[in-house]
Amino acid sequence: MAGLSRRFQSLEIYRQAEQQGYRLLPIRFTPLDVGRVAATNMAGELVVLSRDDLVALVEGVLAPSTPLYDRLKAAHFLYDRDSDSALDLLGLKYRTKLHRLSQFTSLHIFVVSLRCDYTCQYCQVSRQTEDRDAFDMSTKTADAALAMVFKSPAKSLKIEFQGGEPLLNFDLIRYVVAKAKAKNSEYKRNLQFVITTNLSYLNDEVLKFCYREGIYLSTSLDGPSWLHNKNRPRPGKNGHQLTVDAIRRVQRELGRDHVSALMTTTVESLPHVESIIDEYVALDLHSIFLRPLSPYGFAIKTGHISKYNTERWIAFYRQGLNYILQLNRSGYRLTEQYTSIILRKMLTPQDPGYVDLQSPAGAGLSAVVYNYDGDVYASDEARMLAEMGDKSFRMGNLHSNSYEDIFLNDTWLDALEQSMAVSAPTCTDCAFLPYCGSDPVYHHATQRDWVGNKAISAFCSKNMAIFKHLTTLLEDDPQAREILLGWL
Amino acid sequence: MLKMAGRAVKALSPINLPVPLVAKVTTDAVYPNVLRSKSIFIYDGQVAEIPSGFAAVLYRTENYPLLRDGANHILISDEYDHLTSGDIVRVTEELALRVMYRRNGINFMLLTERCNSFCIMCSQPPRDIDDSHLLKEWLAAIPLMADDGRQIGITGGEPTLVGDALFEILASIRSYLPRSPVHMLTNGRNFKDIELAARFAAMNLCDVMLGIPLYSDVASVHDYIVQADGAFDETIRGILNLGRCGVPIEIRVVLHSENISRLPELCHFIARNLQFVHQVALMALEPIGFAKANMDALWIDPFDYQGILAEAVDVLRRAHIQTYLFNHQLCTLPRSLWPYASQSISEWKNEYLDECRGCEVKSQCGGFFSSAIKKHSIHIAPIQL
Repeated sequence: MAGLSRRFQSLEIYRQAEQQGYRLLPIRFTPLDVGRVAATNMAGELVVLSRDDLVALVEGVLAPSTPLYDRLKAAHFLYDRDSDSALDLLGLKYRTKLHRLSQFTSLHIFVVSLRCDYTCQYCQVSRQTEDRDAFDMSTKTADAALAMVFKSPAKSLKIEFQGGEPLLNFDLIRYVVAKAKAKNSEYKRNLQFVITTNLSYLNDEVLKFCYREGIYLSTSLDGPSWLHNKNRPRPGKNGHQLTVDAIRRVQRELGRDHVSALMTTTVESLPHVESIIDEYVALDLHSIFLRPLSPYGFAIKTGHISKYNTERWIAFYRQGLNYILQLNRSGYRLTEQYTSIILRKMLTPQDPGYVDLQSPAGAGLSAVVYNYDGDVYASDEARMLAEMGDKSFRMGNLHSNSYEDIFLNDTWLDALEQSMAVSAPTCTDCAFLPYCGSDPVYHHATQRDWVGNKAISAFCSKNMAIFKHLTTLLEDDPQAREILLGWL
Repeated sequence: MLKMAGRAVKALSPINLPVPLVAKVTTDAVYPNVLRSKSIFIYDGQVAEIPSGFAAVLYRTENYPLLRDGANHILISDEYDHLTSGDIVRVTEELALRVMYRRNGINFMLLTERCNSFCIMCSQPPRDIDDSHLLKEWLAAIPLMADDGRQIGITGGEPTLVGDALFEILASIRSYLPRSPVHMLTNGRNFKDIELAARFAAMNLCDVMLGIPLYSDVASVHDYIVQADGAFDETIRGILNLGRCGVPIEIRVVLHSENISRLPELCHFIARNLQFVHQVALMALEPIGFAKANMDALWIDPFDYQGILAEAVDVLRRAHIQTYLFNHQLCTLPRSLWPYASQSISEWKNEYLDECRGCEVKSQCGGFFSSAIKKHSIHIAPIQL
């Protein structure tokens, strides 16, 4: 190849500083399969290496001026005397990933009623009762909760109405939306509302209200009729039909993007992931959330959560994801939400702020729950735990505690601090740490310990399996990679 | 290519221009008297009498009426036929003529030819000279420019090398052309000093953007391309500082054989580290200046890097970074990249080839740099839709 005119110096001259050795930047690595290792830098940038290359990298003998060297240098795994801007950029990227901490508590969950028309086997928080006063949130409690909402420093605030079945206390929802919007004319936050509902009580009045106020609806759809009705029993055994009809109605009258659905996996669901997904496609839904059972309530009491079950669920997830990718290849866009959240953590500079995958934990920091009776919980799971008699993650009560009391609650802060993944055994050395979280509520529930032994943690084995599966897909399957990148 | 600078043909009268004259031209013979002393009249044979009171008169023809008075009557060649009322020219005692501003064109202000980089493909090779006179001339020209909201460019050399004078120029633009978007080309290195970035941001210019080149994700390769050790780190720190100060940034990547193979990696680097930038421009080589001198080492036919370019654009698209392809003829691009192609070549140096005859997308194509007529892709061919 022809060289440059003699007025210029060659590339080798500028490469000289690289010949004087390099230093490692903070990296972590985890075996991916027999011959390969997944390695990440502080900001979660991922490189898959052969074991030999990893050993060479760590021992300081990686040959400079090679494509691998260039790749690891540009991805901030190492730096040399030629350049030290890696330190500035890594710092910036680390701060970007943690930016949400300065914007804490953006999701505020209002449990407006504990009453529900369903008796789902995996739910432990709902009650059927005619007594409105006993299990509905009062306007007084809602006022106190709204005062908390606007004390959050977050620029974006989302108020989510939950239950029980929140539409059973629709009047309070209307009250909260009107009052929140009035307050927001002063606070000027980016304010959103979501109602998490089984849609049984969707009627003209609710639809008109949601249309006028720009409210989104989130619902549960566990699969085809027989499975949905089995998982989610309702008097009349017509839960599936009611849900499906209501989803169609919202799509038609509010717009397709105004309703989303998620599923919970029970033992009955495990062999049927494809027909569950088909149910979503038939409804022209374009995202699905494949969720395992949470270790609360019924599931934990009977010991259903075990490592074995996690493995079975992972098989369910992999089969489901495989089918979803096939649908995408065939031209039907369908995203799996958990996958999509993890991909954003892996492949973008931002963090999507998903509550369960945060360190410090998202419970209380990303989201907070105001129970019908004024109790404040760090998360939905913390509320379920309390229903089982364990109030460890009750941060306070709206009627007897101030904002400062609640958000400086010692037990909660201790749990956050002690469970930080960077300092947790096993996590601290894991390549997938930048994508993962610490879930002190989960580990407290399953191991009576905020940190938890990750060797026996289903939280760890589930997420680890998903991280490895996605890494392998991105690395080895160009077609899958193309589709997955389209979900970012 | 339009003639923008050169020597006028000859003086038709005594010349009295102790300092270069920077003035607006007009063909209007009934131009208000109050403006004449600061303007130049262009005589094109249309009036019976040369109007008086102008700072100078440029003649397009030697058939002119008897000159009654004054100095600075100058004959120019037909290469300057493009001059129109509202353009600004600079004329010296030695009859050097330069078009500084075109009323209906794309305008760039070259503040200095000095540069702290020495890029192997520089289209405007730097010269280490004292050219501070340029700054005075621009300060004289800015008040004469039309306040019509069209973009004004600033370039060099490296414009930050002129120091405080840069801020005088910017202040003048802000005051005389408050609605004009300002686009400045800089290598960004001097913005490693946050004070400079903050000072620039504090100018509060209308719709400002800095175009900053980044040629590789590997520091040593970037340093090699700009022939300056440590330049990568300085440019990166400059970009970060400008980002901190809220100044919109365009990253500009000139594509050639020394950096094309890692282009997707460079785009990935931008997406991961510099996602806050406003846009990225991927630019085909302009075969002039040092690029011409190093042509054999640098040339790669754009047709041959289609695949890698598509991959790079994909990376940026997925990161939601606005992307433009500059200087690429449509027939050298896969159709999937046409929406990114920009008609980026200034109209005064834009041309088409014989091969372009009959092309159905010629009107949407940026064409060629005049300098590229001799060196261009071998795949230029008319497109039938």
